[in-house]
Amino acid sequence: MTATTERPDTTERPPRSVPKVSFTDAEAGAKDFPDSDPGARHFNYYKPAKRKQTHYEDVTVEVQPDPRHYLSQGWIYGFADGQTGYPLNWTKLKAWGVDDPPPVRGVGTGGGGAGLDWPAHGWHWFRDPNEEWEQTIYRNNANVVRQVNQNIENARNAKAFDQWSRNWIRFVERSVGAWMHVEHILGLYVFAGNERSGPTNMHNTVMAVNSAHKIRFAQDLALYNMTLTEEVDGFDGTAHLAAWNDDGAWQGVREVTEALPAIEDDWGEAMFATNVVFEPLIGELFRSGLVMQAAPGNGDFVTPTVVGVGEYDYALRDLAWTKACFGPLVQDREFADHNRQVMQDWLSAWVPRALAAARTLQPLWSQPDARPPRFEDSLEIAKNRFSGILSDLGLETPKEVVL
Amino acid sequence: MSRQSLAKAHQKIQELSWEPQYHEPYMKYGTDYTFRKAQKKDPLKQILRSYFPMEEEKDNRVYGAEDGAIRGNMFRQVQERWLEWQKLFLSIIPLPEISAARSMPMLFHAVPNPELHNGQAIQMIDEVRHSTIQQNLKRLYMNNYIDPAGFNNSLRGFHNDYCGTIGRQFAEGFITGDAITAASIYLTIVAETAFTNTLFVAMPAEAAANGDYLLPTVFHSVQSDESRHISNGYATLLMALSDEGNRQLLERDLRYAWWNNHAVVDAAIGTFIEYGTKDRRKDRESYAEMWRRWIYDDYYRSYLVPLEKYGLTVPHDLIEEAWNRIWNKGYVHEVAQFFATGWLANYWRIDGMTDEDFEWFEYKYPGWYDKYGKWWENYSRLATPNGHKPIVGEDVDYVYPQRCWTCMVPCLIREDMVTAEVDGVHRTYCSETCRWTDVEAFRPVYQGRETPNMGRLVGNREWETLYHGWSWDKVVEDMGFVRDDGKTMTAQPHLNLDPKKMWTTDHLKRMGPLLSPNVLFNEMSDEQRAAFVADYNRQGPAGRPAPASA
Ligand SMILES: [Fe+2]
Ligand SMILES: [Fe+2]
Repeated sequence: MTATTERPDTTERPPRSVPKVSFTDAEAGAKDFPDSDPGARHFNYYKPAKRKQTHYEDVTVEVQPDPRHYLSQGWIYGFADGQTGYPLNWTKLKAWGVDDPPPVRGVGTGGGGAGLDWPAHGWHWFRDPNEEWEQTIYRNNANVVRQVNQNIENARNAKAFDQWSRNWIRFVERSVGAWMHVEHILGLYVFAGNERSGPTNMHNTVMAVNSAHKIRFAQDLALYNMTLTEEVDGFDGTAHLAAWNDDGAWQGVREVTEALPAIEDDWGEAMFATNVVFEPLIGELFRSGLVMQAAPGNGDFVTPTVVGVGEYDYALRDLAWTKACFGPLVQDREFADHNRQVMQDWLSAWVPRALAAARTLQPLWSQPDARPPRFEDSLEIAKNRFSGILSDLGLETPKEVVL
Repeated sequence: MSRQSLAKAHQKIQELSWEPQYHEPYMKYGTDYTFRKAQKKDPLKQILRSYFPMEEEKDNRVYGAEDGAIRGNMFRQVQERWLEWQKLFLSIIPLPEISAARSMPMLFHAVPNPELHNGQAIQMIDEVRHSTIQQNLKRLYMNNYIDPAGFNNSLRGFHNDYCGTIGRQFAEGFITGDAITAASIYLTIVAETAFTNTLFVAMPAEAAANGDYLLPTVFHSVQSDESRHISNGYATLLMALSDEGNRQLLERDLRYAWWNNHAVVDAAIGTFIEYGTKDRRKDRESYAEMWRRWIYDDYYRSYLVPLEKYGLTVPHDLIEEAWNRIWNKGYVHEVAQFFATGWLANYWRIDGMTDEDFEWFEYKYPGWYDKYGKWWENYSRLATPNGHKPIVGEDVDYVYPQRCWTCMVPCLIREDMVTAEVDGVHRTYCSETCRWTDVEAFRPVYQGRETPNMGRLVGNREWETLYHGWSWDKVVEDMGFVRDDGKTMTAQPHLNLDPKKMWTTDHLKRMGPLLSPNVLFNEMSDEQRAAFVADYNRQGPAGRPAPASA
């Protein structure tokens, strides 16, 4: 079949249908009229935290509405129990103004937005110090992913895993492996799980971003584990499950980890217990106090880089928003005492639990051939770090932690 | 990453699935659906190692295009008629997006299959992306388009404007009430699977035809995440279907969600595409043609109907009726006419229709001119202030409509308006299905079955109620829809930026007070009300009063 189709004569082709381009001169500054001044080119419905409105604020603030501000018709859907929107009682913490009555609206009341003091309550002053929005989320996480991949790839090419001893292989496959489960549960069921519950868009977005860090870190560890299974003779890629499910040294940590998503109806407690208590006393204790310290002595220069980026996310980003969120509540102009009491209660509930779980990890410190610092020394560093966080927040260190 | 290593990696991360051993997670969000805990395949096979760089790459293209558009003076060729409607659209859409993010935890709590949670968590980040990338686009318009008014007060406008409230259903509906009704059926099965095509594909095409290639750049980038979300929804739907006890709820929710999405999205997007464009080529598809292709053929025929064999009751009657409303009952035209009638209550400028527009409408919708032509001629006649009132205060053969209590779009197809008395208040509805939604579906008992988790329709659902008895100038001031001289209105019924041609709140002082149709309706005696309804049902099309003799 070699029949050729004749090309139609181009002159006979119907004209292509395309939209007309026309000169409209609809450019900023083309005419003078009310609101044409450059001064009118900013979002005028919110006040910035500092002098100037930031890009982060522009894309975040007030996207989630509030009936105490301009939401004149109120929330239009309710839950079966009558709750609507983003209830302020989904945490025991309070920010100034929350007990003031919301504007009443009905026949002939007007929209209720004029003359309202804004912000109507202290929650609206919270800003993520990391200023995370779309662009930063992808830029940061893509950089992390590239860095981790490169490190592992370089190590593979350099046969860097060949120098690992049996004991170190066991340690990485079981314990570094087990940690992926901690990150995964926190990422999905604590941070993402509470991301509907915060009072403002700023709060819920930081929880989403924190969640992404954790889920990514969990996957980084899982995929690192997969590479090691392929590259290292005798590396058991399923040993992390055995450790997580049955190893006595891990059950204390597992119990506390699982208790965090079980916190009932309090996003504030979930964030506080995780980022203020669990992370320094268990997370950093294990990641920095053990893995990062033990690895070099055992000829492992790769694991610290994988674990280190997760550690960095917590220390530099996630802890930063946590302090910016909880610190001002301790100084709140209306509810400082209430909030301090609530947080001290949380500390009383979670610190003994976290410390008990931390102690159950102790056997791991004696597993590697080249020993890391003593467990007690690592724990002391973790406790100091924890006390430092509490003093930044203006809270008292519970007696269990005082050395 | 290669396909093979991606599949292997995906296999590996399944090992992360959590089976609680010491504590069950707290289930904050209730549902009346039941799910069996069965092994389920994650439909997406998405891992963050490839996800983050992929999205970053997509971002780079978007931001590159934005820089290019500004350097290339895109706004010298953008049609103001089009961009003005973006003041409404881009004030609404970031909330639905972020609400979609907020709905994902509801699914973790309601659907006990950890294999699905991974995909839902990634969707959550996607939605943060969508919300902020759209806020950012709006910011760019505010900074570079000739008229920033309406962009600069965007979220205030959205929060206190009746159009914003209508749009808000497409957000609060995702996150409130029964977790599956909201986050699965309303959001993924209907909003994302059926209607994102019109939002994120049809709209951008029209934008490009009006000189704006940034909206397409941003929204195509958003849409490219959507297929993953659709797979999320599909997997959940199949699981729900596998339990026969869910089928009655699925039927209810699909009817509600379909009808509400149609009422809200077709009203808004239909208006933007048909009345916001300057592109009147006869061979460009009308909204009705696009709807037929994307929603009727692609969604209804190709997606929903095949699910019948798994036990899904497809609302054939409501799909046909939505089409009937669009094609025979002039739904989009009636809505656009209402928006333009009430131009003074909004925060964007609405251009009048010209002879070229008339010709296109008549070609695409035969009979259009006889119904709507005269009214649009009046609209242009009354466009600049010249001793008369805004069109809503003038006699142009238009009866100001009642609002639908459920979808909050006015009851514009007059013969379809129905009423009900609920909790001692007389409510009007645009259609029988909207009545059913309020009176029967959003209730703690449905067809004799307990539905303790079903949500409620609440709030001040008729905007006019708030301003009953107010003078119009005060209404506009109260909403903040004035420019920086304190009196020139943000909204205008034309595109002329000559200050002498622009309406100010002073011009509104000659109008009578705003009266709430619902308040008046409730003040009537039963006989008056019955007569009012009978008359209303004989009105239209195009809002015309009922003919003098029955
Ligand atoms: Fe989206
Ligand atoms: Fe309706």
